[in-house]
Amino acid sequence: MSEQVVWLTIFVLSIFVGVEVISKVSSTLHTPLMSGANAIHGIILLGAILVCGYAQTTAQLVIGLVAVVLASVNMVGGFVVTDRMLQMFTRRKPARSKVSR
Amino acid sequence: MSGIPVWAQLIYLLAAVCFILALKGLSSPRHARRGNAVGAVGAVVACVVVFFYGHLHHVPAILVAIAVGTAVGFVGARRVQMTQMPQLVALFNGVGGGAAALVALLELADLLDSSGDSSGAHVAKFTLAATTFTILVGSVSFAGSLVTFAKLQELMTSRPVVFRGLPVAFALSLVAAVVLAVLVVTQPALYLGAILAVVGLLLGVLLVLPVGGADVPIVISLLNAFTGLTVAAGGYVLDNTLLLVAGTLVGASGTFLTKLMASAMGRSVVNILFGALRGGSTLGAGVASDRPVRSAGPEDVAILLAYAHRVIVVPGYGLAVAQAQHTLRELVDLLGERGIKVDYAIHPVAGRMPGHMNVLLAEAQVPYEQLREMDDINPEFKQTDVVLVVGANDVVNPAAKTTPGAPIYGMPILHADEAQQVVFMKRSMRPGFAGIENQLLFDPRTTLLFGDAKDSLGKILSAVKAL
Repeated sequence: MSEQVVWLTIFVLSIFVGVEVISKVSSTLHTPLMSGANAIHGIILLGAILVCGYAQTTAQLVIGLVAVVLASVNMVGGFVVTDRMLQMFTRRKPARSKVSR
Repeated sequence: MSGIPVWAQLIYLLAAVCFILALKGLSSPRHARRGNAVGAVGAVVACVVVFFYGHLHHVPAILVAIAVGTAVGFVGARRVQMTQMPQLVALFNGVGGGAAALVALLELADLLDSSGDSSGAHVAKFTLAATTFTILVGSVSFAGSLVTFAKLQELMTSRPVVFRGLPVAFALSLVAAVVLAVLVVTQPALYLGAILAVVGLLLGVLLVLPVGGADVPIVISLLNAFTGLTVAAGGYVLDNTLLLVAGTLVGASGTFLTKLMASAMGRSVVNILFGALRGGSTLGAGVASDRPVRSAGPEDVAILLAYAHRVIVVPGYGLAVAQAQHTLRELVDLLGERGIKVDYAIHPVAGRMPGHMNVLLAEAQVPYEQLREMDDINPEFKQTDVVLVVGANDVVNPAAKTTPGAPIYGMPILHADEAQQVVFMKRSMRPGFAGIENQLLFDPRTTLLFGDAKDSLGKILSAVKAL
């Protein structure tokens, strides 16, 4: 099996896993789903770290660092805000007293 | 896949499983938070691992950049108000796409360098194609998301921006993008990649400008899918399976959500994106009618509600704009204490992004069991005494069922018109986003309560208490 075919296999199977998993999400949680999926594509941070680590010129390094900053905003912000939303859904009893603000 | 040691690849596999679990966790509100935490752990571990096998240079600078991005992302995520969630998601999505495009540009430079001569003749065409895809779609996603952000944040008008020549400009940039993409693959050069990125930015702007405010949620979802696919292609370029799997998961989920949203609005994705370009305006006449309506005071509405057996609340974005979620929840709790069965009927496109209304109500500590989906609650309107419509309009407009030719015809709606009584809380007779008149407002069973939602709900609340 050529390497391209291995990649294609992973790609196609991931599509099915993605659709399968997401079709089970209740529409109540569609906003956290979007922001959670958003956080997951923040994993491009991994790629940004790699290209930065192999940068040979200053220009490459600067562009790479910009990519690292952007990707970490995406990843960290995405997971934190998703957690904030989901926290509101997991609260079982409506508290009478205001939690914040 | 040779450059990465086996142990690191196994950790990447583990991280991919974490991501799948994170998405799977969302099938129930109770396990969702834990799932998200699992996903976050997977992402962090995957990023730490690269420092151990990568033999990276510039590590201190990279760590500083991560710290800066983390701080910005963290503060932004903590500070944002729930009503502003769509903007934030658009922004985070945009920076992700931008990062992917930059990564691909650098990788293109690296590919050309390592192939000895700068002609890039030895680089596999498939790798170049994936790089090109990442540069182009990443830039589209970046620019498109920023325009979306500006529209939602009201930094610019949320109405469709259409100028003469826009369709031509869009078509030309599309052609330019395709030609450049082919050139980058056949005769790779860094400057071509950079021009492609610029054309991508232009294309992103032109794609989102003509989309009206009400359709923006679908665009966010679509651009989310774009960024996902960009990351997947980036994974192929960087020989990294985790990026491929994660990006594909997001791409699939984004595409799925986009289709779901479009069908909830009774329109096709193509129609939403290019409807304004074709000239067939989605706006109706928008003439405020002077036909008689029945309006009432808060006390009358309080009596109506307090002596009902079954009440359904239909919340819309107007509720959130008035910041009246907490008052509404108090009222519903009070009615519940009087033994009245009250539920919230949530239309799939209530709010400014899919599921937005649920988040806004959850913030006001409404238990999610009371949040009912459209298909689930629609059969119950017939047995309902009072439907309380707060800050919503189009989602209960019977024209969607009865008037072929209406802009919203075919859109699934909440069957509020089947209830015994309907109470509309409105600020004015202004039509909803779709710009068409709502026949239900003139129905003899309908009562209107004019005024600010928070103010009116407060008055109803104290009136019910006094009963």
